[in-house]
Amino acid sequence: MPEALVITIEWITMGTLAILFVALLGLSLVYGERKVAAWFQQRIGPNRVGPQGILQTVADITKLIMKEPLTAGRSDHFLYNLAPFIMMLAPFIVISMIPYAKGLHILDMDVGVFFVTAVSGVGVLGVLLSGWASNNKYSLIGAMRSGAQIVSYELSAGLAILTVIVLSGSLQFSEIIESQREGWWIFRGHIPVWIAFLVFLISGTAETNRGPFDLAEAESELTAGFHTEYSGIKFAFFFLAEYVNLFIIVSIAATVFLGGWMPFHIGGLDGFNAVMDYIPPIFWFLGKVTFLIILIMWFKWTFPRLRIDQILTLEWKYLLPISLVNLVLVAFITLMGWYF
Amino acid sequence: MSQDIIMNPDGTQEYFINMGPQHPSTHGVLRLVLTLDGEIIEKVEPHLGYIHRSIEKMCEKDNYRQIIHLTDRMDYLSAHMNNHAVCLAIENGLSVEVPERAVVIRTIMDELTRISSHTLWWGVMGMDLGAITSFLYGFRDHEHITEIFEETCGARLTMNYNVPGGVMFDLHPDFVKKTKAFLADFKTKLPEYDTLLSNNVIFLERTKGVGILTKEMAISYGVTGPAGRASGFASDVRKHEPYSKYPNVDFKEILYTEGDTFSRYKARIDEMWESIKIIEQLIDVIPEGDFVAKTRNVIKLPKGEFYQKVETARGELGVFIVSDGKMQPYRMKFRSPGFSNLSALNEMAKGGKIADLVATMSTLDLVVPDIDR
Amino acid sequence: MTNEEFISTIQNWFPDAEFIEEGSQFLNVFVPKDKILEVAKKLKSDNATQLDYMFNLTCVDWPDHFQMVYHLKSSELGHMLVLKVKLENKENPEIETLCDLYRTAELHEREVYDLFGVKFINHPDLRRLFLTDDWIGHPLRKDYVDEINIVSLK
Repeated sequence: MPEALVITIEWITMGTLAILFVALLGLSLVYGERKVAAWFQQRIGPNRVGPQGILQTVADITKLIMKEPLTAGRSDHFLYNLAPFIMMLAPFIVISMIPYAKGLHILDMDVGVFFVTAVSGVGVLGVLLSGWASNNKYSLIGAMRSGAQIVSYELSAGLAILTVIVLSGSLQFSEIIESQREGWWIFRGHIPVWIAFLVFLISGTAETNRGPFDLAEAESELTAGFHTEYSGIKFAFFFLAEYVNLFIIVSIAATVFLGGWMPFHIGGLDGFNAVMDYIPPIFWFLGKVTFLIILIMWFKWTFPRLRIDQILTLEWKYLLPISLVNLVLVAFITLMGWYF
Repeated sequence: MSQDIIMNPDGTQEYFINMGPQHPSTHGVLRLVLTLDGEIIEKVEPHLGYIHRSIEKMCEKDNYRQIIHLTDRMDYLSAHMNNHAVCLAIENGLSVEVPERAVVIRTIMDELTRISSHTLWWGVMGMDLGAITSFLYGFRDHEHITEIFEETCGARLTMNYNVPGGVMFDLHPDFVKKTKAFLADFKTKLPEYDTLLSNNVIFLERTKGVGILTKEMAISYGVTGPAGRASGFASDVRKHEPYSKYPNVDFKEILYTEGDTFSRYKARIDEMWESIKIIEQLIDVIPEGDFVAKTRNVIKLPKGEFYQKVETARGELGVFIVSDGKMQPYRMKFRSPGFSNLSALNEMAKGGKIADLVATMSTLDLVVPDIDR
Repeated sequence: MTNEEFISTIQNWFPDAEFIEEGSQFLNVFVPKDKILEVAKKLKSDNATQLDYMFNLTCVDWPDHFQMVYHLKSSELGHMLVLKVKLENKENPEIETLCDLYRTAELHEREVYDLFGVKFINHPDLRRLFLTDDWIGHPLRKDYVDEINIVSLK
């Protein structure tokens, strides 16, 4: 077959698979959030639509698709319609970079981590565009807050990942995971990696506008923040993008800090490692991701919201200095070889 | 409403935002027009009247027994206490002596209403600040009390249980047992409230030093109830002008001096503990006897003016009856606590941010039908 | 302070005040319309009375005059009294505002203006409170007629 045809077929197949994966991911994460929230609030959650309520999100998406796709009257029509698509763009690209099991990834660049952090910055554009183009005071305030927040927390998130890059010596995702064959970095790199993990969890929650940092969409203050004026399928895009972003942050945390698809190995205990290898890597990955997702959902349903100036203070006065000092610390430790 | 655009000297301008009648956090149909400079609030102006039902005008056409049914609907979270106030005013006018059993029952019902109102307030406060789970925990305890009310009084929200001279029916046989079970359960749940919100760093950052109301301002604006007591204004009617069984029970008046949102929050939590103490002192010693004194079917108050103060969950409710000897009152005025509490909102919120306004408003515990009557 | 002490103290300051104790649980002090601001100022600032908390402000519509009623209490000393003012002019009732002394009067006086039509001189923001801005009439007056909304049973 001619080369061009093969590549085209590969693109189309991969693209369709990626879209299907994102759709399924969104459905199951929304259902998961509702069930986890219900568990914390001592109620049951969706249990009527389908067995145990698993078809609930399908019903919700069907409803959203069937709604009239409005465009707010005096908004900037082009930007207003463009914003949801930009919001979905960054997650799609990053989904293709994550290794789900040995060899199970779409792209594996040698500057993987750098590329991922660069592309995930595109999400800010979607937020700011939607707020501005809606021609609505509430949306504008929400978008300004959210923009400031996301841009600030990208710094800490990047610096936290850098810690493990220094220890493993490579930017490529598959190499980072290979370097954790003797044990996950969260156990082998001790104090600096613990600090980095905490900082990354906090920054990741703030970047996806979730949990105690969801001021931009605070229902009790500004109706719905930057997506007030959207309804129907465009709102579904924003909604979905938030959950897919959550999955991405959690996958990166699981890959970089917890070993990705690498089973739990203890360096030196070969028998133990062989037993651990019986469980297929894809289950290791999904288990780690599920654990972290439930943790982040726990944050959202427990803590009150932070005010915008408190969010920015937390980042610029606390997390950023801590991350910088941590980076110096990990560089020192790597030079001296003081890690397992 | 036309608004002039005010230009500041540095070229920026103020803008108006409407927290309209339908809003997830104004606890009812209250419209606030905020004048903002960036994120800082310059002025808060409430627009009332969306739920004005002219209760005072209706009272001039109804006889006294019918008026009691109207008072439930004013501050529906303290329905018992509203009824209690009107009944006390009528009984003082007629010089009727209420039997001891009815007095104790009324006091216990009042305190149970106070606890149910405060648990609902706590749930909604957490939800306003973002900790959505607290809403369900607060309602779980509110449900317990509502079920107890439903058994005895027949209704969950607008209880309508007090009549001039006593109470309408006797207590349900299970009342004492269920109330004791509820108190035992609630004493384990109330520390959970502290764990979830009061000791949470984020919550403390959001509420300490926010929305400060000094004692002079509290007295001048007439802010009573836990909101006033958190500023140091000792205004508990149960202590200073006691009625019903309150002279004979032992409880503390909760006073704080800082006057910020966190003190108002703590004042309400502490009030719940005090209410538990009061009920425990009374629940075992309910005297036997009549539950209602004999009064005429048609009540006519003698000529004159009667004023009765009662401490509801929000503050001091005053019932002012001007009577000219007929079956209907000549003028009936309800001095509602929410009305005066709301007037202090501008003082507390200006200079803060919108997020602070939300926190302050939820500690004021406004129920808008109480304000609009 | 007991009622007798109140009577003697206030009589010293304002000889033309009248006192009534029957028919009410508080001491009623009737003052003329033009003296109300002075009386309230004196009662608030004087150390023996210290009436700094106004817990009720309302109006009663009698057949030949309006009667303004102010319930005052002292937050420190605990005693209470009622100030009353007769407004003879029912076409155009006017009285001085007490907003500078008691901030709670701001909303209470707006309510009285809305429902009775009494104008308060020097009030910072006198407009209707509960009813819409273009409402005609003052509903709590006894002679208020509204064929559509009020159903008379007579």
